[in-house]
Amino acid sequence: MADQEKKQYIIVHSAKYETTYTKKYLNRKVWEEPNFNNINSYIPGTIIDILVKVGQVLDEGDSIIVLEAMKMYNDIQMPFKGRVVKINIEKGQKIPKNFLMMEIEPVD
Amino acid sequence: MSLKRNILDLRKRKDQVRLGGGEEAIEKQAAMGKLTARERIHAIVDEGSFHEYDMFVEHVGTDFDMGGKVLAGDGVVIGTGTIYGSSVCLYAQDFTVAGGSLGLMHSRKITKIMDHALKMRVPLIGINDSGGARIQEGVNSLAGYGEIFFRNTLSSGVIPQISVILGPCAGGAVYSPALTDFVFVVENISKMFITGPAVIKSVLGEDISMEALGGARVHAEITGNAHFYALSEKECFEQIKQLITYIPWNNTHKAKAFPPQEPKTKLKIENIVPADARMPYDIRDIIKTITDGSEFFEIMELFAANIVIGFGRMNGETIGFVANQPMVLAGVLDCDSSDKAARFIRYCNAFNIPIITLEDMPGYLPGVDQEHAGVIRHGAKVLYAYSEATVPKITVIIRKAYGGGYIAMNSRHLRADFVFAWPTAEIAVMGPEGAANIVFRKEIAEAEDPEAMRAQKVQEYKDKFANPYVAASKGYIDEVIEPQETRKILLHALRISAGKDVQGPAKKHGLPPF
Repeated sequence: MADQEKKQYIIVHSAKYETTYTKKYLNRKVWEEPNFNNINSYIPGTIIDILVKVGQVLDEGDSIIVLEAMKMYNDIQMPFKGRVVKINIEKGQKIPKNFLMMEIEPVD
Repeated sequence: MSLKRNILDLRKRKDQVRLGGGEEAIEKQAAMGKLTARERIHAIVDEGSFHEYDMFVEHVGTDFDMGGKVLAGDGVVIGTGTIYGSSVCLYAQDFTVAGGSLGLMHSRKITKIMDHALKMRVPLIGINDSGGARIQEGVNSLAGYGEIFFRNTLSSGVIPQISVILGPCAGGAVYSPALTDFVFVVENISKMFITGPAVIKSVLGEDISMEALGGARVHAEITGNAHFYALSEKECFEQIKQLITYIPWNNTHKAKAFPPQEPKTKLKIENIVPADARMPYDIRDIIKTITDGSEFFEIMELFAANIVIGFGRMNGETIGFVANQPMVLAGVLDCDSSDKAARFIRYCNAFNIPIITLEDMPGYLPGVDQEHAGVIRHGAKVLYAYSEATVPKITVIIRKAYGGGYIAMNSRHLRADFVFAWPTAEIAVMGPEGAANIVFRKEIAEAEDPEAMRAQKVQEYKDKFANPYVAASKGYIDEVIEPQETRKILLHALRISAGKDVQGPAKKHGLPPF
């Protein structure tokens, strides 16, 4: 498989062109539909505090996590009224960017 | 008698300065595979042509025990010399002296030679090898950088400015090279970044080496900050001297003309391009069948390789080439290739270099990443740069010229002076496959055998529109030419365009989408 030469193609307006890819093209970020029930870290940092528990129902704007990054405490808030479904972090944990910290679900 | 003593004293003083940071520091520099500042300058200029100034400038720092310290030449060498007999101004930071750090007097030396270059209308070559701002001098260091950036901007488009990164170039220091026309980097030696690995690790937790973050290859291939990539300082200096032969000394001159030559390549132009517009080939082979001596000096070879830019000569004169590269990403325009082409077109225009555009592209690269990265504003740079350019602009359409790409690649509508097309050219709003799917959607959907109907309709569309004659019938292209006539016709068009003189409306400056 590895030594088999693999042809590379680009499709533009339904036509398939034989060509080669660049490293940057191969490493491009593939877009995914955002899931608003996932609370991801928008910056890498350290979890200073988790202010909520699983099952808790919160209003939009309530503080849920304190994430320290770039020497600042970032107040992570509920994006809408909802319930905490799962917590994937613990106090003191260092997390990278885009880490799924918490899962929530909307409540009416 | 006393005169001799003075002369000997002077020599001793100069020798002392030439030692830079001392023998031990020079040995360290050599151990890193690096030449010293003066060795580098001598490797670039004509032998014996260099004169150094400001050797006895001393730093003015007094805080943090700097008062008593002697820093030879304050860590930078400035001077004038010649390359192939023509004058240049140069500076080279001396890493052996306080890590080449930039203090007030260090920056004043640099700005002195920059002012000189602009006044005399000669190129400026800056060799960067510096740990960054001299922290002990505080805001004076920042002032120094600012004065340099200002002069880079003032000189931009007037004299060629060349930056050579031969060591670290970090923090604010990177912005001087970024403002200049051409940036040279060397594997394992050049390092450029705004924020270094240590800080990135401490604040973001990302662990990355200096080389992977801002090494030569990264800037040549990923960021597009560097234009030329070499494996050694020696190779880098050869590249600089080669570049110098292609560019004019300032914006009121033309580049030096060389004796005209016929192409040397054994390749036959008509045999390079596959008849099937979906099959790739190397566009540089076409360029080599056109240029004098089949020489092509490529710029930014590794970055956005889906477009090729560089210099060649025709009838002995420098020409800027912009060409889609079917071999890479099918030659599409995307954010990076638009950026790369647009800046080069503007360079050619600023320095009176005619532009030849070779077109074979299916359109813009589809994808969310491209749209979200701003392919609209990046792509617009190409339209802007071509439209704005008043140097001779000639296009040869080899195969595909579809949609927005057709317009962008120096079309008649952006005031190309000449547009030629091969009989294989397909000038259309999009390729036959895409167009047939839209135009004949109903027929295809309702057919008993949709695939057979699609193939039939694609062929119908191809026969009708996938050729140069529709565009030729409107006067959008001037002549359909045989491939083997390409060089001859380009030489003719260039000769006719030699006296081109057009003026746009008066304005302070335009607002290109950057």
